[in-house]
Amino acid sequence: MTSPDRPRALPLRSLHLALELEIPSDVRYIERVVEMVARQCEHLAYSTRQVSLNVPVALTEALSNAILRGNREHVSKRVQVRCDVNRDRLVLEVVDEGTGFDLAECLVDATSPENVVREDGRGLFLMAQLMDRVERFANHGNVVRLTMRRHD
Amino acid sequence: MSFALRKQGEIVVVDVEGQLIVGNRQELKQKVLDELERGEKKFLIDFSQTGYIDSSGLGVLVSLSKKIREQGGELRLANLNDDLKTLFELTKLDTLFQIADTRERALESF
Repeated sequence: MTSPDRPRALPLRSLHLALELEIPSDVRYIERVVEMVARQCEHLAYSTRQVSLNVPVALTEALSNAILRGNREHVSKRVQVRCDVNRDRLVLEVVDEGTGFDLAECLVDATSPENVVREDGRGLFLMAQLMDRVERFANHGNVVRLTMRRHD
Repeated sequence: MSFALRKQGEIVVVDVEGQLIVGNRQELKQKVLDELERGEKKFLIDFSQTGYIDSSGLGVLVSLSKKIREQGGELRLANLNDDLKTLFELTKLDTLFQIADTRERALESF
């Protein structure tokens, strides 16, 4: 008697996920959004480190900035999140209703002797450390775009 | 996300259960400051149940470290998983804090 064929693993190469959501300017929504996005990366076999550290921390920072700084926690303002992920890379865009900021000016070295003792100022630094690219531009709002290549 | 505080000898041990991030870090700060105000001097924060910390969570730890030191106290951190260790290394906060691999080593080091 022959044994039944083992089911073949689904080839992920052509899988592409796109997620678009909108949240109020309330930091309590951050964890849920991060969980959803990290789950998509997990489905596409991004590395454990990327799923448990890079994406959660970078996205939490971007959402936190959008809510607290961009939208100043105004109850009527919204934050949009667009997630586009395939087997090669993840692109996240976080959009707030604020006037924007100068990325180059705000990307300070949080590890310098004067900065390491500060209580603030690590958000953008961490985003730049954990993502392959961080960009900011205006497009129907203030957009912060994070790009990360997939690691095994 | 929640915190459990309890005394072990002279040391206040705080167990952080879940992520330490923008939505909850004020609560940790307040709980520890309340104990500091009551005269407690030795604090151990145990992160064995924490997956990640964001910059505001790190900021609160920096703030607590300063305030505890100002009162002549000591703060130790224990049980950082590999992801948390990476965060502390990236931000060079591993040079600012006393970090122990285990709770026991942390308790012994006071």
